[in-house]
Amino acid sequence: MLRAKLFLPLFLSLGIITYLAGCGSKQTTKVQTALSVWHWMTDREPAFQELAKRYEAKTGIKVDFELYAPSDAYTQKVRAAAQGATLPDIFGILGEKRDFASFIKAGHILDLTPYMDTDSGKWRNSFFSKALAVNEFSQGNSYEVKPGIYGAPIDIMTIQMVYNKDLFKALGLNPENPPATFQEFLNIGKKIRKANIQGLVSGWGEVWMIDCLANNYAFNIMGQDKVLATIKGEVAYTDPDWVRVFTLFKQMQESGVLAGGIVTMINKTAEQLFANEKAVFAFNGSWCVNVYKGMNPNLNYAAMLPPKVSDKFPMAIWGGAGSSFMVNAGSKNKEEAVKLLEWLTDKEQQAYLAEATNNLPANKESLAKIPEILSQFANDMDITTHPNIWGVSEFPAVIEAFDKGIQTIIIGEKTPEQVAAEVQKIKERELAKKRR
Amino acid sequence: MRIKDTLENYAFIFPAVVIFSIFYIIPFVNVFWYSFLDWDGIMRINATNLTWFTNFKEVMTDRVWWQSVWQASYITLIALTFQNALAFFLAWACDREIRLKNFYRVIFFIPPILSEVVVGLVWKWILDGNYGILNSWLVHLGFPNLVKDWLSNPNSALTTLAVVHCWKGFGWGFLLFLAGLQTIPRELYEAARVDGANAWQSFKNITVPMMIPVTVLVMILTVLGTMQVFALIYTMTGGGPGYHTEVPVTRIFASMRGSSRFGYACAQGIVFGVILMIISFIQYRFSKKAKA
Repeated sequence: MLRAKLFLPLFLSLGIITYLAGCGSKQTTKVQTALSVWHWMTDREPAFQELAKRYEAKTGIKVDFELYAPSDAYTQKVRAAAQGATLPDIFGILGEKRDFASFIKAGHILDLTPYMDTDSGKWRNSFFSKALAVNEFSQGNSYEVKPGIYGAPIDIMTIQMVYNKDLFKALGLNPENPPATFQEFLNIGKKIRKANIQGLVSGWGEVWMIDCLANNYAFNIMGQDKVLATIKGEVAYTDPDWVRVFTLFKQMQESGVLAGGIVTMINKTAEQLFANEKAVFAFNGSWCVNVYKGMNPNLNYAAMLPPKVSDKFPMAIWGGAGSSFMVNAGSKNKEEAVKLLEWLTDKEQQAYLAEATNNLPANKESLAKIPEILSQFANDMDITTHPNIWGVSEFPAVIEAFDKGIQTIIIGEKTPEQVAAEVQKIKERELAKKRR
Repeated sequence: MRIKDTLENYAFIFPAVVIFSIFYIIPFVNVFWYSFLDWDGIMRINATNLTWFTNFKEVMTDRVWWQSVWQASYITLIALTFQNALAFFLAWACDREIRLKNFYRVIFFIPPILSEVVVGLVWKWILDGNYGILNSWLVHLGFPNLVKDWLSNPNSALTTLAVVHCWKGFGWGFLLFLAGLQTIPRELYEAARVDGANAWQSFKNITVPMMIPVTVLVMILTVLGTMQVFALIYTMTGGGPGYHTEVPVTRIFASMRGSSRFGYACAQGIVFGVILMIISFIQYRFSKKAKA
């Protein structure tokens, strides 16, 4: 009886320990029968499931696409899995290039360069070069990562402006002639204010989209070299060119071209306002085509570049790989995982993904079948840039001060000069910390 | 026999100790350990990550962090006064013999059981500066001069959030106050009435002293709950415009998610924990004095 009493709790304890240990070794048992892919793309889940069926029919290998949304939760899951060495065979990384670099340096991501280079670089050459660049680390990169390609893009995106053609007509503007210069853009703001409708909507409450537009204009005003020199700490944010960038937001606010409440607006709200024809302009990524189609299939709109401020340097927009997949370097099935990635990014599967999800394909040869509005986004791929290909990263604290500072300019709380000085102060603090 | 008994006793608590250690003790100790590191949550930790008290020093001089603490304190102050006063008044009203009192009890308890994210999104829609129904009503009721971007205006954003938080949270206080009021023996009121006490005297000399323990509990729960407000702010303003609605938990989240600074976020968490402990201790001391 005593033994039974003693063994019951011990048995329970062993059960708990075995169960908890089992949580950690889940991957070991799974990889033998199937390839596991983690992603966060809710809109692409049905298409992925269909592709998984096709792949199993073709190769006999089962593919489990596991969706973890929202993206914040996905990010935490991947990080926790990296710590516990329970990453799946294939996964994506959300975040900045330095996070990507940390995963590589921690030995979690397989270098795909040898696979990309086989057969005279057939796989590598199938992608848009800009899409691949986001996943590439060049020689002497500041992240101290071994040069190579560490991910395969499954789609591409550009972030630019769209405008409502019907509202353009209502404002007495030519719907085939969107504003090409910043002054023309501001002039439309006056008409928008007079007509009592909303101007530009965007997810500026999520701040990174402010960063995106501000950098577009920084490239246009001072060129890439000076922007990168600023990130390296060689040019101050108090430089007149940066003050000019900050001033643009003040001018936009004063002209009436910005929608009310844009500083706390999330992108979903911005998409609803634009899709419901309550806003003339939106600053959004090419993924919006699918979103707008779902919200209002009859929406009459077109894509345009942010109106340029200067002729001195070309306008650059953020773009390149929209979503990429990486192979777990510690996976027992890494060879099969690479083959799956090759298959997923092949012409036929890419065309299917583009058709099913209205995202731009990463494979150049799959562009033929996309809708007109998507091709407008694709046409500007040549002028895209992205922080992940700059080779240097700005300090997160500086990015936050920069973006929040622009919010304070828009609400009229601070001047561009004040914000420039504050951003520079934080930049100097971070540089001093780095030197220590 | 004694050894067997001891072993048996330990064997019985062993599963609980294992579970408690894995899910409470180890994470708790890890938070302290990570707070001494300059670590992004991805890389393997090595000696170069150890920076000892650097994160804590930075928290102490982080202007935005202390601004967020002040802003959470402001929301807490509003919750402590207006929210709890409203909760007490409604509980007092429902404790009396009024019609439909059970219906009111259910209605008042609905906001607390709703998801904070859902409440945030619904109120964001109501308060929208362009198409929100609040502004629409103000115009229809003849107050167009009161129309504003409630959540994007730095002068109104924090107070607006505090009001929504109070709406969401007053039901807890209501429930606790009501339970407290119902424990007061009715005979005390009857005796006071026989002695010639009016309603105010009964309230002042019976209700108030008898409700002190419940009030202290409600106040402690209000402070701890409000200082840690997160989902409501995250869904309604994301901490903006600028830093005007940032609170400590949104800052911790920003350090961890936005900046990938796990060590710094842990240090912020510890400092915040200490602040809450100090506040709770002060409240406890005050409540002891009040009871005496």
